[in-house]
Formats: sequence, C-alpha cells, structure tokens
Amino acid sequence: MKAVVWQGVNRVSVETVPDPQILQPTDAIVRVTKTAICGSDLHLLDGYVPSMVHGDIVGHEFMGEVVEVGSEVRKVKVGDRVIVPFPIACGKCWYCQKGLTSLCDNSNPNPGLAEKFWGYSPAGLYGYSHITGGYAGGQAQFARTVYADANLFKVPDGLTDEQVLFLTDIFPTGFMGAENCQIEPGDVVAVFGAGPVGLFGIASAFLLGAERVIAIDRFPERLEMARTYGAETINYEEENVFELLKEMTGGRGPDSVMDAVGLEAQAHGLLGVADAVKQTTRVLESDRPHALRAAIMACRKGGTVSVPGVYGGLADKIPLGAFMNKGLTMKTGQTHVHRYLDRLTGYIQRGEIDPTRIITHRLTLDEAPHAYHIFKHKHDGCIKCVLDPWADPKDHEPTPAPQPQG
Amino acid sequence: MTRKDYEERPQSGRNSSPAERVLFGSIGAGLIALSLGQRGQVGTLLATGGALLVAGAAMGQGLGETVTGVRRTEDDQIKVEKAITVGMGADELYTFWRNFENLPRFMDHLESVKVQDGDGQRSHWVAKAPAGTSVEWDAEITADEPGRRIAWRSLEGATVPNEGAVEFRPAPGDRGTEIHVSLTYRPPGGTLGATVARLLGEDPNVQIEHDLRRLKRLLEVGHIPTTEGQSSGRKGALKAEARMYDNRRTS
Repeated sequence: MKAVVWQGVNRVSVETVPDPQILQPTDAIVRVTKTAICGSDLHLLDGYVPSMVHGDIVGHEFMGEVVEVGSEVRKVKVGDRVIVPFPIACGKCWYCQKGLTSLCDNSNPNPGLAEKFWGYSPAGLYGYSHITGGYAGGQAQFARTVYADANLFKVPDGLTDEQVLFLTDIFPTGFMGAENCQIEPGDVVAVFGAGPVGLFGIASAFLLGAERVIAIDRFPERLEMARTYGAETINYEEENVFELLKEMTGGRGPDSVMDAVGLEAQAHGLLGVADAVKQTTRVLESDRPHALRAAIMACRKGGTVSVPGVYGGLADKIPLGAFMNKGLTMKTGQTHVHRYLDRLTGYIQRGEIDPTRIITHRLTLDEAPHAYHIFKHKHDGCIKCVLDPWADPKDHEPTPAPQPQG
Repeated sequence: MTRKDYEERPQSGRNSSPAERVLFGSIGAGLIALSLGQRGQVGTLLATGGALLVAGAAMGQGLGETVTGVRRTEDDQIKVEKAITVGMGADELYTFWRNFENLPRFMDHLESVKVQDGDGQRSHWVAKAPAGTSVEWDAEITADEPGRRIAWRSLEGATVPNEGAVEFRPAPGDRGTEIHVSLTYRPPGGTLGATVARLLGEDPNVQIEHDLRRLKRLLEVGHIPTTEGQSSGRKGALKAEARMYDNRRTS
C-alpha cells in the first residue's frame, strides 16, 4: 500500500510499504477513505517531538471502511464505515471508564519512555512518535486499528466522509478547548491561533454560551474565516494584542483564553529569538511557549487558561507570578475524543456546525509532501488539507514536492 | 509488606558494598596518578574523574549504584518495592496470585513455577538467567492471608536466596486494588554483582515494574498491546533504530 512516511526533519515522502495485518485479536484493519494533516503533525515534521524514527507512518486523523476484524472484535463488522479517534482507549481502565480516554493506562506499548519524559504515560496515539506508542498512522491506504470495539465509531447514515473526518481530532479538540474555558453566560473568550483547532474552538465557544469570541492570528485568510464563525479578530503583527484585548473587554480582560497554538508559536522581539535559538538545540528548550505566556498575561483575574495546543517537554519563562497572583486556572490535555462523539455528531446532523467549511485543499495521498509544505507555510491560503488515499494521481496531476528546506 | 517488615530490614545510607568501594577508589586513585603526567584538558579531565571516584568510594556512594539506583539493605541484600493499581477486587487478585503457576504469565524473567504439594505451600521456581542459562530454587509460603497478603521465601540451597511479599489493599473510590510487591534477594557477587547485572540490562527494579504493568494489562484488557509486526517504511539498519524505542524493550 501507499503511506506517508517520516524521513527526518522537514522530510516526508510517500512510499510503498507492506499492508497492515491483524496482530492481536482485538485489532481491525481499516481501508482509509479520507485522512487529513493536523497542525500537530507539523511538530513531527519539524522534529520537535522526540522519538520519531525514520520510516514511521504518520497521520492521526483518518476514517474509512472496516475490511478485516480480529477474532475477539464483537461490535465492529467488516463493511462498517468508521471514524478512528486519534487517542487509543483500552476501554477497560479507570481512565477510560471515566471518559478520560487520552489518558488510558493500557494502550501505550512504550510506557517506560513516556514515564521518563512526563512521569506517567498517557494513551497511545496513532502516528505520533514512539513516546506515544509508535503505532503506525493513518495517512495511508490501510491502517491497523487496535481495541476496535472501544475505538471505532460507526458513521451514521447520510453523513459524508468529509463531514465526519474531523470528529477524529480537531473538532473534539476545539470543543474540549472551549469546554476547558469553563464558559459562563456573558463570557468573553479569546482564542490564540485561528487555525483548524482555533476555528473549531471559536465555534464551540459560541455553542457553549460565550457572548463574544476574539480570535488572534496573523494570516488574513484565517482571520477572515474566524469572522465568518462570528469572532472579532486581532492581527498580532499589526496590533498590541494585550492592550487591544484589554480595551475590547472594558479593561477587564477576557474571561478565558485558549492557547490553540502550542509549541511552535511565533513571537517577535528578544524573547522570541531566544526561544527559537534554544528550541533549535532540542536541549535547552523543547517548546516555544509564546502563546501560553500571552494567554496567561491577557486573561482576566480569576479567569481560565485552556490549552488544547500541543506541548512536548520544557518551556522557559512562563509568567507564574501572573498565573498565581491573578488566581488563574489552567486546563489542558490531549483530547478525550471518545466522550464528545455523540454530542458533536448531533451538531453536524442538525446542521448547527458544518465542519467541511475549513477545508481549503483536497489532494491525493501522493501529494502529501506538497500538502505538508503549503500547510506549514500557509501558502496558497491553506487552512486545512484533506487527502484521498485512493484518488488516482493521473486524474489529479500531482504538484511537484518542494525541495526540503532548512 | 507492612511497615514493620520494612523496618526489620532497614535500608543502608550507603549504597555500595565494601568491595566496590575498594575497586572504584583504586580506579580513582589510578586516574589521579595518570593525570599527573598529563598537561592541559586531558589532565584536568582525568584528575576530575579520579577525584569523583575517590570521593564516591570514601562516602560509600558508588558511581554505578548512584547511576542505576540500586537499593541495598544493611546485610548487603537488594531490595525492590513496587506498586500498581488494578481495576479489580482484592479477592480476585489474591486468587490469581495465590496460584503461583500464573506468575510466569506476566513475570517475564520466570520460565515456570510449579506448585509441589496439595496445599500449595511449596513451589519450584525456574528463572531465566543471563546468557541463556537458568536458575532454579524451591520456595515456601510464609504468610497467607486470603484477599490481603501472601509472603514467600526460597529454601536452603537457592543460588539466589530471595524472599518476597505481595499485599492487596483496596484503593480509594472505585479505583480497584493496590498491589504492593516487595522483593529482597542476595545476588551472586553481592551488590557489586547486582550493579554489573543492572548495567547489562538485568534490572530487577525495572523488571518488577514492567511485570506489574503486564499483570494489569493482562487482567484489565486481556493482552499486552504491541506494535511488533506492523507496517513501516523502514529498511535495514533503521529497523534496529525503531527497536530502541519499541515495546518489549520498554514495557
């Protein structure tokens, strides 16, 4: 089969690899019909997530059709159209029972590695480095999925692949980001980063009762899309974000602030340069936490900072004084995708959310290197790429892959 | 393992054996002697290394054990204590463990345990040892409190004299049962032998932790997750790179 393979920093390629097989009786093989590139895949591309190995198949947003099931799979049948949440739940441990599926005790085959980095091991994730299990990802024609009964969700009739694809990650991630804002009626929410997760975060904040949402980004097309979701916008390259947020909220500050940016935030000035230099060493600092710093500073007293953005290791100069003296709450986490699926599917079915609106590019799997390139550099107005693993490249002349950069 | 048992076998403040202190002290002194004939950075490095080793030996803090974290008791035995919480009742867990023949299902270094007589007090253990060999011993149960605690110890003649205890404590809320395991053993070559074994990858501390995790996964889910045999774009030497990270090395 064809699969997108990590080949080192800034290099992905499409390779022919062996088809996946059932390795354990609770596995199922899914023929992937749609997959997407997530912002957090860029952290893998850029080499900031430790324990990637050359040849790893990437991709954690994917859905498709079940083509084979292991002998102990009961609920899922061959022929089912399914979505595959990116965190892997065993379905049995205390965390899974509590709906905290991204913290599953049992699904990471490499817990020792995660415990060295983080103290305890969270769930295994598809296509997301060996620290989260080393599972092969879904930017491929087929994928092995594990604990099928706990992890494969049947797509309701009448919904298209594109309508449900983002239920595997970015829609629930934006939703949990908004839920973690602890929104109360009348609240003003600020969202750093108007990429796919930020956009779903904006939409979700309104669904959860926010009165106003303010989106902060620097790309006009993303700010424009945020406005179509009802957000007010700030371009951080043109404005002083802190001053403007304060002014827009009558001097109070936003009631909650979401960091939908994560570990590769852009920053100007000396601190931004220092972060970039330190992060490049992979040792002095693994994360550039500029959005998190800004979120903590901007949030009103007693407010909540919600962090759906991905962080990996160590970050410098977090304003803990502001965090403590203002009495802030921070809520974080990889998304417990499973717990949100029923509710979010309902929004889609009732037409209250149209997830396909954020798709700007539809490409073939063969075009993945190009897709990564335009998504990373926001070329060509790219906000979200969906890849079709089965589209014939001849129907759709592949765009030549760019030369590796940096 | 109760607090009382623990106190009966106090941990030593020092973590290296006398033999080790002599060995590393001598190496340190040798390095300092070597450094006298060297100039520049090489001399400084040798002298610094030598001084560290001598200081470590003098304080009884062996470098090897400081790095590997070996804990020893005052009578030069190795002690390992680990705990895990499993989402099941204490009675079920006790029953599973009390049948010692189940132990090799999750204890990777055990080849087999055979219960020898009718009431299951005595058992014969076979464990894997380095270089494809094995060690065997007989053990007897020394304490047995259904649903709460089992303790055992090896009988006279064991190559590696050892004793162990497992306690099942109800976890708060609906979290299941805490399993607390304590093992004490005297390895061939004393703590120095244990340090060498640990540096070669035979680390009981890590082994017990992984064994308990395997037990949890076996009982909660039915099997241990794996990625062995999955597809990848790896060729040749890259396969070894992936194995550095992959399961069965770290779980």
